[in-house]
Amino acid sequence: MSARTLIPGITARATTDLPVLKPFKGKPYGHDEIGFSRFLANLSPWAVVCVVMLLALWPMAAMAQAKYTIGDAFDALWKWVPFLVTKGFALNILISVTTMAIGTAAGVLLGLWQISPHPAIQKTAWAVTQAFRNSPWLVLLFIVMLAFPFEITIAGVTIPIPDWMKAVFGLSLPIMANISEVVRGAIQSVPTGQWEASESLAFSRNQTLWRIILPQCFKRMIPPWMNWYAILTMATPLVSLLGVEEIVTLSRQAMEGENNHPELLIPFYGFCLVIFFAYCYPIARWTISLERKFSVKL
Amino acid sequence: MAESKWTPKEPMVSAKDVHKSFGDLEVLKGVSMDVMKGDCVCVIGPSGSGKSTYIRCINALNPIDSGSIEVEGQEVNDPHLDKLELRKKVGMVFQQYNLFPHKTALENIMMAPMRVLKEPKDEVETRARELIKKVRLEGKEDSFPGELSGGQQQRVAIARSLAMRPDVMLFDEVTAALDPETVKEVLVTIRDLAEEGMTCILVTHEMGFAREVANHIYFTDRGVIVEHGPPKTFFTKAKDPRTKEFLSQIL
Ligand SMILES: Nc1ncnc2c1ncn2[C@@H]1O[C@H](COP(=O)(O)OP(=O)(O)OP(=O)(O)O)[C@@H](O)[C@H]1O
Ligand SMILES: [Mg+2]
Repeated sequence: MSARTLIPGITARATTDLPVLKPFKGKPYGHDEIGFSRFLANLSPWAVVCVVMLLALWPMAAMAQAKYTIGDAFDALWKWVPFLVTKGFALNILISVTTMAIGTAAGVLLGLWQISPHPAIQKTAWAVTQAFRNSPWLVLLFIVMLAFPFEITIAGVTIPIPDWMKAVFGLSLPIMANISEVVRGAIQSVPTGQWEASESLAFSRNQTLWRIILPQCFKRMIPPWMNWYAILTMATPLVSLLGVEEIVTLSRQAMEGENNHPELLIPFYGFCLVIFFAYCYPIARWTISLERKFSVKL
Repeated sequence: MAESKWTPKEPMVSAKDVHKSFGDLEVLKGVSMDVMKGDCVCVIGPSGSGKSTYIRCINALNPIDSGSIEVEGQEVNDPHLDKLELRKKVGMVFQQYNLFPHKTALENIMMAPMRVLKEPKDEVETRARELIKKVRLEGKEDSFPGELSGGQQQRVAIARSLAMRPDVMLFDEVTAALDPETVKEVLVTIRDLAEEGMTCILVTHEMGFAREVANHIYFTDRGVIVEHGPPKTFFTKAKDPRTKEFLSQIL
């Protein structure tokens, strides 16, 4: 008797009656390459503050009667903040930047080898990429840490290798592999017609690659590259497991210095969370906006 | 062995019994054709008959399995072929234009002569501007491909090929992606070229053009040349039933 109720999206009429062929605007390649940045950028900065506040309130209620209060813990934190930032977080940034530099250089090379016309080079590069892309970062870190010498001697001069440098090499491996994939994906996203047109104009393979293909896909590589930088920065506390004195290690030491009151945990680790978020959030926003800009242009 | 000296009395492009397979699929089953200097040859035939594959074999974009293709006496089916030397003599224009999107029209035209032939920039630029004029695109020198219509892009693509001063031009359905209005402007450009004596090999569905401009028409089906002849006899006195059927559908 009554008209069937329309369930929007299932039985409701489409907003247009005519079948409209929307231009296919897929992602340039495969899976979401900037998923992490998307997640991070969509977090409200307040979300982090709220989480930290909630966590901070919980021990306050539970241990209100204890004589060392959460307030004391925050006082202790303020005292340590300059040290944690300048000695600890600065090292995290140093590690992330150097790792990114080395990982990018190696990754670009590996990515170019992945599209080499020589099957042996191409297969090897592919295998190396897959191996390091799919290994747990921590395992790679331990291997490099243990396999690397403590010092190297060049022409009679002995240079000690600090732990953080070894950590950089360890972290560079997965970054290299992932950048290699970014490069390969970007190059392969350029239509083959560009290769053919270029080759028919008697450009050599290298000329085609450097003058025609790479200039076209350079921009496309930037958002995923920045995404990997944010992931890497967030992963730098891994090296605290190896004794590198970055922010998490120093926080632990600072808490020991404050007699290991359990109330210290939330302020100190909460501070680590906030500072990583504060550093990576703008990068994530920037990544998203660049990605939007570049995908519109193409 | 010394390179056999080619003279303009011999065919400029000479294909003999060309075979080409993609995996199990034999796409070219013995194609032969001679194209003399200054000829304009049209290759027609149903979709999938191997026209594109054949034309791409001529500039070694596709390697052939057996047979021979000689371009000005240079054997294409030779493992030691200098592809770049071959491609300097053979220009190619594609259905999808394939202009370099990060370069302006003028830069698209200038790139290959400067980077491949290493000619001085001002010389190349003068020539590029003449070519722009020739394809009737004055004023579009600094436009990027994305700012040009399909027909304009295709004419830039033709100019880009001509800038290398090739001896033969290959056109693979260069008007197939264009709307009927703009087809004409591209065909006029090609006709002018042919009338100036450029050797052209076209894959096309434009029968009017083929009838008017071509010296010789080849009809291919399933990897073989079924029938060929000058347009006068080809269109009116086709003998093979497949040709007749194709022509009846398309005319
Ligand atoms: N790179 C390739 N790999 C595998 N098969 C291919 C390749 N290129 C073409 N083919 C196949 O070869 C056959 C001939 O293709 P070709 O493009 O030469 O046909 P065509 O005559 O140009 O057709 P159309 O008029 O549709 O352009 C087709 O069946 C096609 O699927
Ligand atoms: Mg074709």
